[in-house]
Amino acid sequence: MKEPKQLVVSAIQNGTVIDHVPAKQLFKVIQILGLDHIDNQITFGTNLESKKLGSKAIIKISEKFFKDDDINRIALVAPDAKLNIIRDYEVVEKRVVEVPDTIVGIARCMNPKCITNFEHVVTKFRVVSKKNVALKCHYCEKITNQENLQII
Amino acid sequence: MKNRSLVSIDDFSKKEIIGILDRAEEFEKQPVRKLLEGKVIATLFFEPSTRTRLSFESAINRLGGKIVGFSDSSSSSVTKGETLHDTIKMVSSYSDLIVMRHPVEGSARFASEVASVPVINAGDGANQHPTQTMLDLYSIRKTQGTLDNLNIFMVGDLKYGRTVHSLMMAMSNWNATFNFISPEELKMPDEFKLYLDNMGLKYYEHTDFSDIISKADIIYMTRVQKERFSDPIEYEKVKNVYVLRNDMLKKTKPNMRILHPLPRVNEIHTDVDTNPKAYYFNQAQNGVYTRQAILCTLLGIK
Repeated sequence: MKEPKQLVVSAIQNGTVIDHVPAKQLFKVIQILGLDHIDNQITFGTNLESKKLGSKAIIKISEKFFKDDDINRIALVAPDAKLNIIRDYEVVEKRVVEVPDTIVGIARCMNPKCITNFEHVVTKFRVVSKKNVALKCHYCEKITNQENLQII
Repeated sequence: MKNRSLVSIDDFSKKEIIGILDRAEEFEKQPVRKLLEGKVIATLFFEPSTRTRLSFESAINRLGGKIVGFSDSSSSSVTKGETLHDTIKMVSSYSDLIVMRHPVEGSARFASEVASVPVINAGDGANQHPTQTMLDLYSIRKTQGTLDNLNIFMVGDLKYGRTVHSLMMAMSNWNATFNFISPEELKMPDEFKLYLDNMGLKYYEHTDFSDIISKADIIYMTRVQKERFSDPIEYEKVKNVYVLRNDMLKKTKPNMRILHPLPRVNEIHTDVDTNPKAYYFNQAQNGVYTRQAILCTLLGIK
């Protein structure tokens, strides 16, 4: 009997499934995690129906397991993301993302007079509030809050 | 502290600040000491600031150091489009320490990360000006004999004034009580009040200070600038409320002293100048001793 092709794409044997990514942020998440530069098999779906998010995206990466520090970098764009760790087609662990204490190179400082908006400087922030995200710029010391948050 | 930079006043612990103030006291007794002989200090002023630059250059000269640099960016490579990164890399290889004033906020922190020598922030836009704070602390300690438990009045533009913000943060180490006196439009921003709340320190806000002036140990005056007001009528209404005159000082404490970061325009009437409680010109002089202490400390010179 022929192997159903669809199954090969939709399920992974070993790896990570990132679910509940806001559809609009899919490519940001891919960029932040550097998924566009790795050789692993990756499948993703977007504009899928979601009661919680309206429309969501899902990413499946074969043979890839993330460290907490790495995966938490997506918390700014996909705070509700859930990770399913798959081993031998089974979900062996579920994880949620958490806003890290420092944010490097992901967000833009909202202060137009900040050096990071003048010269090529990798942005760096200390997270001063995690609930309503507030970031204190390492350089100009001004606060960038959730409403003004822009992902580079 | 050798080879560290001074970018923001909170880069230094309370103990380190006291160390610098003690050292400045020694320089006040004996300002001319050739401790920087053979050293080259770069003074990079990307925007003009006569007072700060002269104070630094006086401090360096009294220590026997040599100066390279520029006093405004039109005479530097910036006009050719060189990045700050490249300017700092280059100047690092010409000097033992960099003093930098730059209009862009955060530029000093960035420079300190790029430079291979210590960087002293002499003002980065509206952000920080830590040597001003250090000389304010020196002036307060010298006139009051202590930094502990003082009642600090801050008057004028408390919204945009970086000197009052930094001084407030620094003084919070010594259990100060604060009285903030400003027009409604120029009130102390919430983030700083929140900071004091978290520190458990007392502060009071007023729009006028003639009734409470007798409680002050220090009155720190700043300028209320017309251009800060969205409505010019508002400015006209309040412009005379925040002017200090000699007859207002009658009921003040004997130990009270008036500070001002200068330049003054009209917020302290000239009739105050001869009052022994006027301290702003001595304050400027203290800047030289404090900067001598900072230079030597960051270069690890005993």
